[in-house]
Amino acid sequence: MALSRLSSRSNGIARPFSAAFNRFISTDTTPITIETSLPFTAHLCDPPSRSVESSSQELLDFFRTMALMRRMEIAADSLYKAKLIRGFCHLYDGQEAVAIGMEAAITKKDAIITAYRDHCIFLGRGGSLHEVFSELMGRQAGCSKGKGGSMHFYKKDSSFYGGHGIVGAQVPLGCGIAFAQKYNKEEAVTFALYGDGAANQGQLFEALNISALWDLPAILVCENNHYGMGTAEWRAAKSPSYYKRGDYVPGLKVDGMDAFAVKQACKFAKDHALEKGPIILEMDTYRYHGHSMSDPGSTYRTRDEISGVRQERDPIERIKKLVLSHDLATEKELKDMEKEIRKEVDDAIAKAKDCPMPEPSELFTNVYVKGFGTESFGPDRKEVKAALP
Amino acid sequence: MSAILQGAGAGAAAALSPFNSIDSNKLVAHSRSSLSVRSKRYIVAGSDEGTNKSFGSSSLIARRSQPLMIPNAVAATKADTASSSTPSKSGHELLLFEALQEGLEEEMDRDPHVCVMGEDVGHYGGSYKVTKGLADKFGDLRVLDTPICENAFTGMGIGAAMTGLRPVIEGMNMGFLLLAFNQISNNCGMLHYTSGGQFTIPVVIRGPGGVGRQLGAEHSQRLESYFQSIPGIQMVACSTPYNAKGLMKAAIRSENPVILFEHVLLYNLKESIPDEEYICNLEEAEMVRPGEHITILTYSRMRYHAMQAAKTLVNKGYDPEVIDIRSLKPFDLHTIGNSVKKTHRVLIVEECMRTGGIGASLTAAINENFHDYLDAPVMCLSSQDVPTPYAGTLEEWTVVQPAQIVTAVEQLCQ
Repeated sequence: MALSRLSSRSNGIARPFSAAFNRFISTDTTPITIETSLPFTAHLCDPPSRSVESSSQELLDFFRTMALMRRMEIAADSLYKAKLIRGFCHLYDGQEAVAIGMEAAITKKDAIITAYRDHCIFLGRGGSLHEVFSELMGRQAGCSKGKGGSMHFYKKDSSFYGGHGIVGAQVPLGCGIAFAQKYNKEEAVTFALYGDGAANQGQLFEALNISALWDLPAILVCENNHYGMGTAEWRAAKSPSYYKRGDYVPGLKVDGMDAFAVKQACKFAKDHALEKGPIILEMDTYRYHGHSMSDPGSTYRTRDEISGVRQERDPIERIKKLVLSHDLATEKELKDMEKEIRKEVDDAIAKAKDCPMPEPSELFTNVYVKGFGTESFGPDRKEVKAALP
Repeated sequence: MSAILQGAGAGAAAALSPFNSIDSNKLVAHSRSSLSVRSKRYIVAGSDEGTNKSFGSSSLIARRSQPLMIPNAVAATKADTASSSTPSKSGHELLLFEALQEGLEEEMDRDPHVCVMGEDVGHYGGSYKVTKGLADKFGDLRVLDTPICENAFTGMGIGAAMTGLRPVIEGMNMGFLLLAFNQISNNCGMLHYTSGGQFTIPVVIRGPGGVGRQLGAEHSQRLESYFQSIPGIQMVACSTPYNAKGLMKAAIRSENPVILFEHVLLYNLKESIPDEEYICNLEEAEMVRPGEHITILTYSRMRYHAMQAAKTLVNKGYDPEVIDIRSLKPFDLHTIGNSVKKTHRVLIVEECMRTGGIGASLTAAINENFHDYLDAPVMCLSSQDVPTPYAGTLEEWTVVQPAQIVTAVEQLCQ
């Protein structure tokens, strides 16, 4: 998104020496091949190759968007502590590579449905920062008009189906969307994301059974961050190989901190789902924050573990190293980009803070759809309303 | 499936007359073919046990050779009957489950987005034959046999509805939908609201519920009481072939999620319905029998008990007004209110449990809105707060019987 701003000049010059703020970065789309950090582990299928086709534009895009996502989540953290965001707030920092890699492999016709850790996926699907912060603070301009909150982000025009609070309930919904895609002969797939905690839900296996029976283009993606709130995966699952749990359904285990591995896996999964039916992807990822803002995240894991992952596997650092090693930008340029992102986020927050709260009458809108004989009747045939003080 | 409807209690043999007539001219062949042995989960066709000697023959074979056909059970004593129930001159006679099937088939013909999903709805034809023949006509992708996983296939129906399909989800027995409660409550009812209006969920969730013929506690559930406080859904209960077809069509066309409650014992009701296309309003109540002295509010099977009691009451000199509320959520307080303003006395007859049922909510709504018009406290006759027992005599006394309705009316009209 921002690259169009930054790349106003022609291709070819890879190393500008201008120190101006809107500096020029190469937008060369010549392919770069990147090796994923780890090979894929496959169950009942042939794993895709480790070499991923990318371009410098994509690399910088990845960096920028992931940095934006990271910054957005950190800002949400501060807002929550300032009591501007209430209730539950589940942050995605550390897991950005999954959102980014998935977006790079699919189109907006492919559907994504996820659970409550949905801020970054919403952003990846084309949502704006303003919509995110407004919704988090319960303002009118939010993506769900302030009535959904952190766990209910939706974007229908980009086929983003949310945003669900109840663990595991989104998986049957996702398989239903895949069913509709097959019914309408759309040649699109659905990615139903869930966590390692939700992987033990029965409805998941029920939905998987139906999807396999009816050959639905459903891809079940387990974002395995190894903790189901406070319970480590080895304490919750007898078999923590979530990609194998589909039994008769093929699976692929992916390093979820490597955006290119995610991209390759999602592309592979999409091709598979369109031809042969459902497939399970397990993204081995990690979240730095606790389960939600009410969870410090340190009672069930050590700080050393968190900082260890941050040092060795951080997705943004990996992209940064790739950018630097391919000479696509200098350190300073990347730092400038980050500063710019910070400013963008702060601006969005300020704008969202100015946004008004929803009107009281909004309490009763969107409960029912107006239409074929569907008005609520009171005793005098007027709509049922209560007078608010 | 010849579920045999017996409207009255064991004792009141005299009151059995309208339901006793065996119309041997109109044998329904297909109901016999489905009487094969099924798994325990299914409903046994017409239990033979003890109580109802009034049919004369107690042998199952004899009964199967002459399945009981229930003529239009709304035997009104006055030349009244609401226009909505009046058979038109050029109509055709059919049973309630056939009316549901007709409505469903017409809507599937009309809109290619309508599909049906449920257990054994496809090749088997539906355990109550509501979807019989549809799989052959529309194919496996539109009439889907699901495995036994209510939670998942209800969720899938809702997910498909988010994209614009219009699934009709069948619970083989309403009680099984308790397994899908999370999907119905959180996703079905709330998604339109929490997405700020982006998604509509035009599903229809339907299935038979209510106390049947000795089906046991788990298969005699009345789920309307559990679902009634879910915001965002509508609930309707059908009671005659006419309104069954009309409500089915309206529910499918509605953009809101609608739960259509059918009753296990009403599937073989026979009525003549119009040939031309018609739809019933989802939020309107049906005036079954206008009257002056007391308003009896009822729905589903209890309508027939109320009408039976009405006959007795008329003989005793009372003039009850019987309204089939049909719309369980939201209540049609307009029709109900007009009636209360006229009669000043209300009796609610329902099949839900005493605690927290539809009657309880309706009592509260009437008291809140029409308190000034009431001459007597609102009385509510509901089922007892017990799991439905298996024994026939006990089962009869868990639900409201016409004799109790008569007593209640006499009490209220003093």
